[in-house]
Amino acid sequence: MKNIFADLFSKKNRSRTISFLMVTCAYILIEVIMNTVGMSRLFKSLLVPTCCYIILALSLNLVVGISGELSLGHAGFMAIGAFSAVIVSGLTVSSITNDILRLVVSAACGSIISGIFGFIISVPVLKLSGDYLAIVTLAFGQIIKSLITNIYLGFDANGIQMSFVTNTLSLEGGKMLLSGPMGATDTAKISNFTSGFVMILITLFVIYSMINSRHGRAIMSARDNRIAAESIGISITRTKTLAFVVSSILAGMAGALYALNYSTLQPAKFDFNTSILALVYVVFGGLGNINGTIVSTVVLYVLPELLRSLQDYRMLIYAIVLIVVMQMTNSAKIKELMEKLGKKIFKKGEVKE
Amino acid sequence: MTFLTYLISGLALGSVYAIIALGYTMVYGIAKMLNFAHGDIIMAGGYVAFYAFSKFGLPGYLCIILSIIFSTILGVIIERLAYKPLRAASSLSVLITAIGVSYFLQNAAQLMFGSDTKIFPAMLTDGSLKLFNGQLTISYLTIITIVTCIIIMVGLTTFINKTKIGKAMRACAEDKGAAQLMGINLNTTISITFAIGSGLAAIAAVLLCSTYPSLSPTLGSMPGIKAFTAAVFGGIGSIPGALLGGILLGIIENLTKAYISTQLSDAIVFTVLIVVLLIKPTGLLGKKENVKV
Amino acid sequence: MNPVLEVKDLGIDFGGLTAVNNLDMEVYPNEIVGLIGPNGAGKTTVFNMLTKVYRPTRGQMFLDGTNIEKMNTVEVNKAGIARTFQNIRLFSNLSVIDNVKAGMNNLYEYSFFDTIFHTRKRNDNEKLIEQKALDLLEIFNLSEMKDVEASALPYGAQRRLEIARALATNPKVLLLDEPAAGMNPQETEDLMNTIRFVRDRFNIAILLIEHDMSLVMNICERIYVLNYGTLLAKGGPDEIKNDEKVIKAYLGD
Repeated sequence: MKNIFADLFSKKNRSRTISFLMVTCAYILIEVIMNTVGMSRLFKSLLVPTCCYIILALSLNLVVGISGELSLGHAGFMAIGAFSAVIVSGLTVSSITNDILRLVVSAACGSIISGIFGFIISVPVLKLSGDYLAIVTLAFGQIIKSLITNIYLGFDANGIQMSFVTNTLSLEGGKMLLSGPMGATDTAKISNFTSGFVMILITLFVIYSMINSRHGRAIMSARDNRIAAESIGISITRTKTLAFVVSSILAGMAGALYALNYSTLQPAKFDFNTSILALVYVVFGGLGNINGTIVSTVVLYVLPELLRSLQDYRMLIYAIVLIVVMQMTNSAKIKELMEKLGKKIFKKGEVKE
Repeated sequence: MTFLTYLISGLALGSVYAIIALGYTMVYGIAKMLNFAHGDIIMAGGYVAFYAFSKFGLPGYLCIILSIIFSTILGVIIERLAYKPLRAASSLSVLITAIGVSYFLQNAAQLMFGSDTKIFPAMLTDGSLKLFNGQLTISYLTIITIVTCIIIMVGLTTFINKTKIGKAMRACAEDKGAAQLMGINLNTTISITFAIGSGLAAIAAVLLCSTYPSLSPTLGSMPGIKAFTAAVFGGIGSIPGALLGGILLGIIENLTKAYISTQLSDAIVFTVLIVVLLIKPTGLLGKKENVKV
Repeated sequence: MNPVLEVKDLGIDFGGLTAVNNLDMEVYPNEIVGLIGPNGAGKTTVFNMLTKVYRPTRGQMFLDGTNIEKMNTVEVNKAGIARTFQNIRLFSNLSVIDNVKAGMNNLYEYSFFDTIFHTRKRNDNEKLIEQKALDLLEIFNLSEMKDVEASALPYGAQRRLEIARALATNPKVLLLDEPAAGMNPQETEDLMNTIRFVRDRFNIAILLIEHDMSLVMNICERIYVLNYGTLLAKGGPDEIKNDEKVIKAYLGD
């Protein structure tokens, strides 16, 4: 018993144990509050999106933190996952009547389709490096958004109909699933907080399994030193592709969860700003730091939402917080000051003893 | 004849992109950072010109000068306050800071000027030139835009190659450490780079707002991203590259809008970018860097 | 006996400048061979060509009789050449043991499916990897620091870790680029013993670049001397020590 405990909190496994504990405790706490004291509508409405952004940020951390490549278009994968899930869910609404099963099927399809796109995109993306790679991911994000904005898709008794750029669909009593810039309308809301929680657990499980495997080591080796990694037989493209594809699968899952939580969803939601937002969560949480990413996502996503009373000032405050925190974490003077402060507190404690 | 019209208006749009791209490329070349707030300096410049013209009734040229002065100062202040303390920080920290600055400018503008779209007045000119018995119409604005771009390019190239400050800038771009050992003040050089880039952004702002006469706090975002793309397209860090990238991007964008699809123009522009980078991974005129083992 | 590593008429030009020319070299199984020469003689360039960081302009390279001309860095390592670097290249954010484990990427393979579903294959292979990694760390006296981040290691330990990582790939030939650089005499002494031990234990050939002449003369059975990219002399330590051309190259005219 003691051994298991020691193993769970050993240096190697500590982060993983804390992640699962933290997420589970938060889930239980929120569920308890919701079912006893009750929770405001605003808070409730934030639960699922928070889960989505946690998954998105974790998936982005896989690329930026663990694989070491800057991606500026991750919202694109979220969009693919989201709208694929909407389509699958819309098409199967009569054949799969169980909501949970339909959510699982839709989310799985969304993730897989996003993963396929991730693979297709990774081929050109990973030929480049550094800022050039970043700009290509940005470009892909824009392309995906702009393509989805132009898709009109619906179905009726005759089957699925689709048109591009202009809406030429004439459905006989059927249903529109995607209407161009209007996106998805009238989607059945089948995701909820519990499904979000489960998906976070899946994400954590995938990422930690990866980190503690030959694949994870290869990915991190390629990040730390390309030439040395190649010299010990690690193929850079292969490992980076793996990280990219897994990341896009997870981002697709985040998108599916997000889309099925709203009855309407516009493609414009997944623009450059969303990609940047996820990047901010990752950098704030610490590159490659999984628990940090979770915490920073919750704080940075929920805080501005709760500051809605400040209205116009909240984004301004958000911007200032971004700048100030970056200055502080990178300033040698402040670091020195913090250390001194730490020592002082420490010394005081000693004197008392 | 219509093709020529589209080509010329594409050239004008491209000239604006090129002027903005210069700001990105110069800052990248010297400070090695992606200044995401550059697009928002365009927006700021646009508002200054707008208020100077419609509230204070100043003549057009004075509005532009005011706008340039304001943007230049704004650019230098941003550099000093937000970026300078991060010289030794990781590029991601700098990127996030730039994003913060961008949000800050957009939201400050929204608070000050409101989020509604304002109609930008024709402060430069609204006439047009008719050629071939009226078959080809070119607005004076288009001509001004293209000519301005040419003047800026020639001026900037001369400045970079002939003046002492220009040489200092090239030296810093090549090797910061060595440049400092040669007695070049890195901070001053970077400030000057930001000043020039921001001043150019103001010029781009007036040209852009005159062509597409609507002004809003998020005005700079899309042209910013496009110009950044143009800079990468041409080879980031290279001044002729920014010109080439900007012009090509403008022409491609306009022609796709005219002949293929307006809605898909963004998708097509970015696809072309990806194809170019795949064929030439460092952009059209970019240099290849070698890693020493 | 056939050489495990054979280089014929090897040469490389960098934009008109010839860095290495007409190099013939053989390394036999179980041999420790030194590659020495003044600064800029092209020693590291030879390593870079052998590991395909650079593509040679001329000549052929054979590993165990197989032509490795068309292989890339990764394939060359899989074929059996592992190396260390003059300017240490560790995976600085990984723990010491993970640095070594990374070296076994192609040794105990399992699929991504195995990784995600924690299959038996994965667990068995991970156990083997762990065991071999601990074994290597023991040899290089790094066991106590196994969970430390590689970048936090002292200089000498970093050099040893790099060798351990290279050995983890199970090479036939190990290329060591200035393994003793920056080490104190005691550390160098220990390193020499370790190199010999490694050769005997793993039955591999070792080719090493080194400026520490006492180390080279002590452990190398044969030595190649490069000067201005061409072979100046080759032979046993005693021959080299007394070779006039070599002395001249090192001391100047």
